[in-house]
Amino acid sequence: MKAKLLNMNKSTRSNLFTVGVIVIVYTVFQTMSTTGNMSNLLKNLLVAMCYYSIMAISLNLTVGILGQLSLGHAGFVCIGAFTSAFFSKIMVNTIDNTIIRFSLAILIGAITAGIFGVIIGVIVLRLSGDYLAIVTLAFGEIIKNVLNVIYIGYDSNGLAFSMEDTASLNLMEDGVVIIKGAQGISGTPRNANFTIAVILLILAYMIISNFINSRSGRAVMAIRDNRIAAESVGINITKYKILAFSLSAALAGVAGVLYSHNIATVQSTKFGYNMSIMILVYVVLGGMGNLRGSMIAAVILTVLPEYLRFLRDYRMLIYSIVLIAVMLYNWAPACIEWRKSHSLKDLIGTVVGKNRKEKKGA
Amino acid sequence: MEMLSVKNLGISFGGLHAVDSFSISIKKGELYGLIGPNGAGKTTVFNLLTGVYKPDMGQILLEGQNITGLSPIEINKAGMARTFQNIRLFDNLSVLDNVKVGLHNEIRYSTISGILRLPSYRKTEKRMNEEAYKVLEVLGLENEAKNLATNLPYGKQRKLEIARALATNPKMLLLDEPAAGMNPSETDELMEAITQLREIYGITILLIEHDMKLVAGICENIFVLNFGTKLANGAPSEVLNNPEVIKAYLGE
Amino acid sequence: MSFISHLINGISLGSVYAIIALGYTMVYGIAKMLNFAHGDVIMVGGFIIFTFMSTLGLNPIVSVLIAIILCTLLGLTIERIAYKPLRRAPSLAVLITAIGVSYLLQNLALLILGADSKSFSSVISLSSLSLADGRLIISGETLVTIPLCIVIMTTLNIYIRKSKVGRAMIAVSEDKDAAVLMGINVNKTIAITFAIGSSLAAVASALMFSTYPTLSSTAGAMPGIKAFVAAVFGGIGSVPGAMIGGILLGVIEILSRAYISTELGDAIVFLVLIIVLLVKPTGILGKNIQEKV
Repeated sequence: MKAKLLNMNKSTRSNLFTVGVIVIVYTVFQTMSTTGNMSNLLKNLLVAMCYYSIMAISLNLTVGILGQLSLGHAGFVCIGAFTSAFFSKIMVNTIDNTIIRFSLAILIGAITAGIFGVIIGVIVLRLSGDYLAIVTLAFGEIIKNVLNVIYIGYDSNGLAFSMEDTASLNLMEDGVVIIKGAQGISGTPRNANFTIAVILLILAYMIISNFINSRSGRAVMAIRDNRIAAESVGINITKYKILAFSLSAALAGVAGVLYSHNIATVQSTKFGYNMSIMILVYVVLGGMGNLRGSMIAAVILTVLPEYLRFLRDYRMLIYSIVLIAVMLYNWAPACIEWRKSHSLKDLIGTVVGKNRKEKKGA
Repeated sequence: MEMLSVKNLGISFGGLHAVDSFSISIKKGELYGLIGPNGAGKTTVFNLLTGVYKPDMGQILLEGQNITGLSPIEINKAGMARTFQNIRLFDNLSVLDNVKVGLHNEIRYSTISGILRLPSYRKTEKRMNEEAYKVLEVLGLENEAKNLATNLPYGKQRKLEIARALATNPKMLLLDEPAAGMNPSETDELMEAITQLREIYGITILLIEHDMKLVAGICENIFVLNFGTKLANGAPSEVLNNPEVIKAYLGE
Repeated sequence: MSFISHLINGISLGSVYAIIALGYTMVYGIAKMLNFAHGDVIMVGGFIIFTFMSTLGLNPIVSVLIAIILCTLLGLTIERIAYKPLRRAPSLAVLITAIGVSYLLQNLALLILGADSKSFSSVISLSSLSLADGRLIISGETLVTIPLCIVIMTTLNIYIRKSKVGRAMIAVSEDKDAAVLMGINVNKTIAITFAIGSSLAAVASALMFSTYPTLSSTAGAMPGIKAFVAAVFGGIGSVPGAMIGGILLGVIEILSRAYISTELGDAIVFLVLIIVLLVKPTGILGKNIQEKV
């Protein structure tokens, strides 16, 4: 057994370790929850921890692995949340089996977000750096704004669509309005629970981690590190950029599915720039390119403000300071000097896990 | 047998003829040197040959195949690989992974089998590792495999660039100042490595170099470029004694 | 007649965008960074004017002058603490820092000033102009904004071309390393650029909040992003480009709000950005830059 473990590929061992830790944390939380040893506050956050973690690791694929800053990640979460909630609400009486219906909802959320990832990727990935960041922000805002004015309902005649108001849908008496503009979708079946959320988190983690450690993932990182050299060894730049970007979008869509089937009400205004920045904070704090770090940061930053009530008002302020501090810590010449003269291992509290730059210095 | 045949290649940047009527013919298995004073247009020739720049005129044939105007990716697939004067490694990848990126089009498996870790993934990754180690051994980098490329000393970074280019299984290799910044013993090691990889792979090489000892030591033919045009062309002994060439170098 | 009225309002809004866009375009041209926090400096400017004018009852012009001084200091402080240490860092790190600064300003304002938005009273006391028997009314704000924008643009353009500092700016934007060799103090030049951009942000805040009086902690974010769109539209790094881009964007925004959809006004502005970057990423007056191999 031991020999077999040693023989294993390094990335497989690392995956196994991470999944093991997630399962242990899950077991502890789940036991606490069923034996009544968990506050309602924390209980309500269990699924949220998972979807924020999925958002963080999926964004890390774009920021840490592809090396491009996306400020519209919440837009893909939004698409996943809306399309899956739409599907579940329509099908709630048609497909009785919850597991089948919810599985389909997950697929639909992921695929639609993935398709949007391809479309937006084709457009934005021709740019890079600051321009790419601002265009992803633009797309995120467009998605949010458009969903904010959409009304969709159905009756015995089929689906009706409007960008005016509920009345202009002209629904018959048996009609139901599903998407109500700014009010979004409410009454989505609450199919998400902690177990399903953890399973999806593990799947998302495995997909991204395996991707990174495969031929395609290496191609993506090669493009990140040096586009011209990657071209010179025959790597199709556009293909791999879009591949990574749309995979990241599809997994953000999965997080959206969990979101809408946990809270039961989705409004597009929740998925704006602020959410995108929050996810970015998880990625930056956890270390760019470090999936475990992203998950740890997402969990801590989801739970902490709920417990430290006095921190709640300062939450956003702390996020902003975290962003600036981590960047200065990693890149400011004075900090680099200081890090050299002090042992890195004493400072694990400042930045969770290793990140790329630190490896370089080590 | 001609490996590379270039006729009347030219490009101008804003009215300046950076390269003008450049013609060269390189036989299969030959080692050709491209020399010339700074700013003569040597790297521009490489950029034209590898598709980084599109030529304004002329034709490039690689083993009879017309590769003029193709993209860098297509040209690499057609069998031409290169290194860069200002080293361009994948800094945050390991030495091994740098070479494995070079194997990208040589040894394949799909993204799906990578994500699902299907048997084909394991089998192919194993083969990739074996192939990558073979290339690393030729350049004496096998003990550095696990290190990050950015942590390698300068001389080894240059060798890694060659290893990565070799991994793409090229017919023709373009080396842009492979010995730049190396000390004499590193240069000797490099010359040996180049000789060895010619023996093993039978590869055709065109190299840009300022180190005349290296050029005279291993090149069969030399092409001298000055102000984007040919100044001399031939065997090292005659070219390096050519008064025109000496004049261009000493800058009279 | 309503079309002309919309058009004039569009030009007026666009003039404000143009003044904000100057801050982006100059900083981008010289420090090669997107100063995400620029829009939030406008918000801070608005609050400063509001505090001095409405709360402390100072003269509007004096309040605006105080805002210009304080915003300049704010811009310099941000540059010194957050951006200067990252001069050699990858652009991703600088951008994330700038986003952090933007967020910091917004949330500090939220904590200090509260979540309720304030109603800004106009700093301009000029009465509106009535034309065509009262069918076309041009507000006093518009009558000040458009000419002021033209004056600022012209002055700045001359300043950059003629003054020593201005030429140093051009030199730094062309080639930072070469500028150092020519004895130009790059840090000082970048700091001056931030100072000019931030003082213009204060002017823009006076004009913008006089026309659109809702003042809140996030009030600067959207105009800031739109002004960046305007800077990209006109060609990043170009002063006349910022003017053209700003006015075009203002007109597009007002007209689409009037004739297409009020709610989708922002979405349409962003769509313009996407189209511009796809069709001509260098903008109307921008230059082409290629990576050296």
